[in-house]
Amino acid sequence: MEQQFPIVQVMNNDGELVMPEYREQITKELAMTFYRHLMRTRTFDRKCVSLQRQGRIGTYAPYEGQEAAQVGSALALKDDDWLFPTYRDHGATMTFGHSLTRILLYWRGRNEGCVPPNGKKIFPPSVPIATQLPHAAGAAYAEKRKGTKNAAIVYFGDGATSEGDFHEGLNIASVFQAPVVFFNQNNQYAISVPITKQMNSKTIAQKALAYDIPGVRVDGNDVFAVYFETQKALERARNGEGPTLIEAITWRYGAHTTADDPTKYRDQEESKKRRELADPIQRLERFMKREGFWDEQWAQSVQEEASREVEQAIAEMESYPEAKSDDMFDYVFAQPTWTIEQQKNEYNAWKRGSIR
Amino acid sequence: MTMAVKTNTLTLVQAVTDAMRTMLRERDDVIVLGEDVGKNGGVFRATDGLQAEFGEDRVIDTPLSEAGFTGAAIGMAVNGFRPIVEIQFLGFIYPAYEQIMTHAARIRSRTMGHFTVPMVIRAPYGAGVRAPEIHCDSTEALFTHMPGIKVVCPSTPYDAKGLLIAAIEDPDPVLFLEPMRCYRSSREEVPEGKYTIEIGKGKKLREGDDVTVIAWGAMVPVAMKAAEEAAKKGIQADVIDLRTLYPLDRDLIAESVQKTGRTVIVQEAHATGGVANDIVSIINDTSFLYQKAPIERVTGFDVPVPFFALEDYYLPTPERVLHAIEKVVKF
Repeated sequence: MEQQFPIVQVMNNDGELVMPEYREQITKELAMTFYRHLMRTRTFDRKCVSLQRQGRIGTYAPYEGQEAAQVGSALALKDDDWLFPTYRDHGATMTFGHSLTRILLYWRGRNEGCVPPNGKKIFPPSVPIATQLPHAAGAAYAEKRKGTKNAAIVYFGDGATSEGDFHEGLNIASVFQAPVVFFNQNNQYAISVPITKQMNSKTIAQKALAYDIPGVRVDGNDVFAVYFETQKALERARNGEGPTLIEAITWRYGAHTTADDPTKYRDQEESKKRRELADPIQRLERFMKREGFWDEQWAQSVQEEASREVEQAIAEMESYPEAKSDDMFDYVFAQPTWTIEQQKNEYNAWKRGSIR
Repeated sequence: MTMAVKTNTLTLVQAVTDAMRTMLRERDDVIVLGEDVGKNGGVFRATDGLQAEFGEDRVIDTPLSEAGFTGAAIGMAVNGFRPIVEIQFLGFIYPAYEQIMTHAARIRSRTMGHFTVPMVIRAPYGAGVRAPEIHCDSTEALFTHMPGIKVVCPSTPYDAKGLLIAAIEDPDPVLFLEPMRCYRSSREEVPEGKYTIEIGKGKKLREGDDVTVIAWGAMVPVAMKAAEEAAKKGIQADVIDLRTLYPLDRDLIAESVQKTGRTVIVQEAHATGGVANDIVSIINDTSFLYQKAPIERVTGFDVPVPFFALEDYYLPTPERVLHAIEKVVKF
């Protein structure tokens, strides 16, 4: 299976281009764009971990180490495509155009964080594992029925492939030939459970065989490989060739969320080694240096710009108007039912002190 | 002078088909999907002829995958369609429960109205037709308990059509429960074309001052039979068909129980945690001081719906309802 689904790599850990056919397409400008997004997403993620430690946001799910998988895939999308994320995919949603302030609001426990900017078809993060896969299949099928060329991408982890909804989603998308890309980030751990205990399959990509759809394994820390393979899958989708399963092999350096301690279930030396060897950002930096695309001053300005943008979003998040209790009553139905209306009125009357 | 509306004599299941056909004609965004709904016309023939008329793109045979096609329908609803999902039997909805409860019912509130799920989930339910295990459940309370989805349960062909059309037009998810036992048990005149019955409104089937009998779905004929027997004994019952189980018709219930002061609730489902208990709460909240007797509930038991050799023992009968009526009247 590993031979049947080889890991696509465009540049190796040393930043060396190993698929020269891409040389023309990888312009300096493209490399700079990728680098900017990778730095932006990492800066945001690190800042969020620190905000959580300071009690300024709630429990947070970090993605550090997975930036290339998220940035490369999100940049392959077109403006009118759909994106169905999990709670660890805001690297992808912010790259696709979500507002940083709103992502922060999500982690501050605010529903406003589930509202994408106008015109952006970004679904709220799915918390129940793998349940978003059938949604993406359905939304993509709807695009096909409307006769558009729009596609959907849906993110999920390695653990999600053990859920029924993963298989039902792939099967339905395959039967409907829905224009959807199933983008798996195999970070090799589902909280504490390693991939070897998650499945006896050698790869995740091979699960595509069962649904007779293309299955692709990519080096998820190679932003170019992720980008080009996702682009190909999206093109197939737009051309009526149905869904694709992509397995992007990656690694999360940190905890599942800020509420757990990864040293309890794995040797963090491994994370250290992987960071030195295969970090997605350092790899791109090595590539850019080899190709003569690198400019130290520019790189510094990218970091500064990212920090500025994140700081501004934090300021907006912290000065955001307080959540109103009415909001929990007002959006359950288009028109509140009498039970909700009554509960809201009685609660407000109690708050005003008119019920004793 | 009123315009004569053409009517047809239909069974409940035919009225359900008629509602879907009417709306498939009326709106391009309506689609029907589920297991065997296409060529076969559904295991109960509820979608009979629809695929032939509207094509495979609008009446879709899905894989045997309740979570999968319910989830896909959520994606379609969010993206501009109005899916009508058929779950073959209510007892087969459990694999889709996660999709309904964690997404369909919450997407509007989660996103503050940015994304919405205008979909209908139709499911035949209930015992009494000698069906195999799991084909006989009436678990409406699992859904009335969870916020974000309305639950409708008609008992007659006329109501079934009007309520299903209202459900299809509703901007939020609606679970539409069809009493299997009533599918072909009676016929009535059903107008052609489009009409709606407001979700959340019950109906008074019978007027009487002595006792209120409240029922829904397949228990409505049972309640009516008991009321007729009671009348022979000089007890006149108000009989209410709730028609919608969430939100309940508080005003209709209160108006009747304030008049009679005595109530019998007939529920096919298990007693604990059932809709009948919510009706008791409404009576408590609105009409406590009008009550002349403790409220009686005639329900299924707190046991799994039994295999059909035992289902007649499980199901409320007119005799049990009559007994409860006499008990509250004599209190």
